[in-house]
Amino acid sequence: MSIAGRDFRELRLEDLSRSFGALNALKGVSLTVKRGEFIALLGPSGCGKSTALNCLAGLLTLTGGSIWLDKTRIDRLKPEERGFGMVFQNYALFPHMSVRRNIGFGLAMQGKSKDEIARKVEEALSIVRLGQHGDKLPGQLSGGQQQRVAIARAIVIEPPLVLMDEPLSNLDAKLRLEMRAEIRRIHDLIGSATIYVTHDQEEALSLADRIVVMRDGAVRQVGTPTELYARPAHADVAEFMGYRNVLSARVLGGSGSDVQVSVGGAALKGIAIEQRPDEQAIVAVRPDDLKPANDGPVAATVESAQYHGREFYCSGRASDGTELYFCSALPVQKGEMVRLAADPARVLIYAGAS
Amino acid sequence: MTETTAPLPHTSEERTPWRVRLALRDIDGVTLLVLPAVLFVIGLFVYPFLYGFVLSFKPRAGDWLANYRKFFSDPFLYDTIYATMRLALPATIINVLISIPVALRVRKMHRRRLLTTILVIPITLGTVLIAEGLLNYLGPQGWLNRSLMLFGVISSPLRLAHNYTGVMLSLILSGFPFTFLLTLSYITGIDASLEQAAATLGATARARFRYILLPLLAQGLAINFCLSFVQTFSVFPSAVLLGAPAGDTRVISIAAYQAAYEQYDASMAAAIAMIMGFVQLAVVLLVLAGRNLFYRGAAGGGKG
Repeated sequence: MSIAGRDFRELRLEDLSRSFGALNALKGVSLTVKRGEFIALLGPSGCGKSTALNCLAGLLTLTGGSIWLDKTRIDRLKPEERGFGMVFQNYALFPHMSVRRNIGFGLAMQGKSKDEIARKVEEALSIVRLGQHGDKLPGQLSGGQQQRVAIARAIVIEPPLVLMDEPLSNLDAKLRLEMRAEIRRIHDLIGSATIYVTHDQEEALSLADRIVVMRDGAVRQVGTPTELYARPAHADVAEFMGYRNVLSARVLGGSGSDVQVSVGGAALKGIAIEQRPDEQAIVAVRPDDLKPANDGPVAATVESAQYHGREFYCSGRASDGTELYFCSALPVQKGEMVRLAADPARVLIYAGAS
Repeated sequence: MTETTAPLPHTSEERTPWRVRLALRDIDGVTLLVLPAVLFVIGLFVYPFLYGFVLSFKPRAGDWLANYRKFFSDPFLYDTIYATMRLALPATIINVLISIPVALRVRKMHRRRLLTTILVIPITLGTVLIAEGLLNYLGPQGWLNRSLMLFGVISSPLRLAHNYTGVMLSLILSGFPFTFLLTLSYITGIDASLEQAAATLGATARARFRYILLPLLAQGLAINFCLSFVQTFSVFPSAVLLGAPAGDTRVISIAAYQAAYEQYDASMAAAIAMIMGFVQLAVVLLVLAGRNLFYRGAAGGGKG
């Protein structure tokens, strides 16, 4: 395969900041990306992840910090001088050019010969499996096909870095799953680094080698998907990673990293993350780790139950009024009393009050 | 005759009420609202046009083509086409060309509305007021000449009014706002992410303009050109007030005016008006034909 990302060792973001008037959209973001890595920038809308991506692409100028590609400083370069491939949320295909010309545009701008352009475009078309659509206009393609053209156009210039800005958010659920696998396959094939912006934790978990969780313009945590899934470093990261039960609790006791807290009027065992809480703590538990059990410590009244195939996703209220989300393999009825239990290793306890 | 219950092929169609059938073709009560406009167009455009067309073939003397023969054999008359073209074409081209960079710049401004308002004021003033202002400003005793002479840039006043230059300047001034507004709306209709995408693919500002903006704009610029050209071609007030109506800027509308109100030859005036109309039509058709060489679809980058 001859399309391959340009060689480099690492891309360094050092203390990036960007403000729009009084608003600080990025506050000192630092990150090092290695060649071949797939990085997901994950966070809620307005967390600065798209701003970070646009700064990397050169579409926004930085108000502070620097970007380095190995030993070259690139943050002062215009986007056309950086040579990064970018996939836009709305694909941004040139509507007046055929698929082939769209894909070949970057190569033509580099002044490549007609033969080379034709050969590389053909190869890119086959990588994104669009072989027979080369002569169509973008308007004649479906959303998924347009997406593939956008990816082909970004990778055919063999960039060291491919930037993707929520590329799947305009597709339907089935196509999204399909394209997700496709994006990872293409990433592995061409071997450049990919930085992928998303607000979908599932997408980030399944695609990325490392996830960068952002909030309010700052990096909250960087880690592998397993780290972030099992051990989010902060309560707010936990909440974003699918820990729907984030409750403030009183510390009852325990030793070492084992902590006992009071949740919903009952005692629950868990493990302390980062540091041991003194009196007040925040407890984070995933709904699928909180399950009905005969000897469960927490009593709750079922308020709703949604059927999701293998399990019921339920919400309930503890005796002290705390709302709890849990999963049940057996059907439960609204108003029914259940006792809930969780594996202490899956109950994360953070210092501080929410 | 045998009794048959099978319906005739067309009966089922007849059962669909006419209202529904009309609605399927998007015709309903609201469609009636276009009637006043249609009557207006027929009464004030189609009828006078046909009337003038017929009238132009009924000359005061001679056979039915006498008016046209007279026009194309008298240089004093047929030269007006050239005189008008000499004003209308450059003025339109200049306006369309200037409007592109201005609109590109204005598109990115925060105070767009303020600037647009300022640029559009000349439209509200009307041609006569602009002509009068320009006379005061550009005339031999006008501010411009006086200031230039005061600072010793020139020794005798520049001739900027009562000639070709004066009319040209007034046409550019009064035509620009319209051209600009149209160009601005076409340019803002182009998705900004297209240019960003082109930039990340290595296209410089010049290449982005050439390969992305221009092809997507070509369509709108052609239409813009046609509308502005037709407007400029019928120049009358500024050609009289700011130009040399007996010489350099004797445009075709002056010839028509003289035929109608100085020689009281309505038939000849109608013939000149017809010739004027066909010249305009020829230019517009030429431009619209050229437009087919370009992309004609939507200028968005996303899902259509």
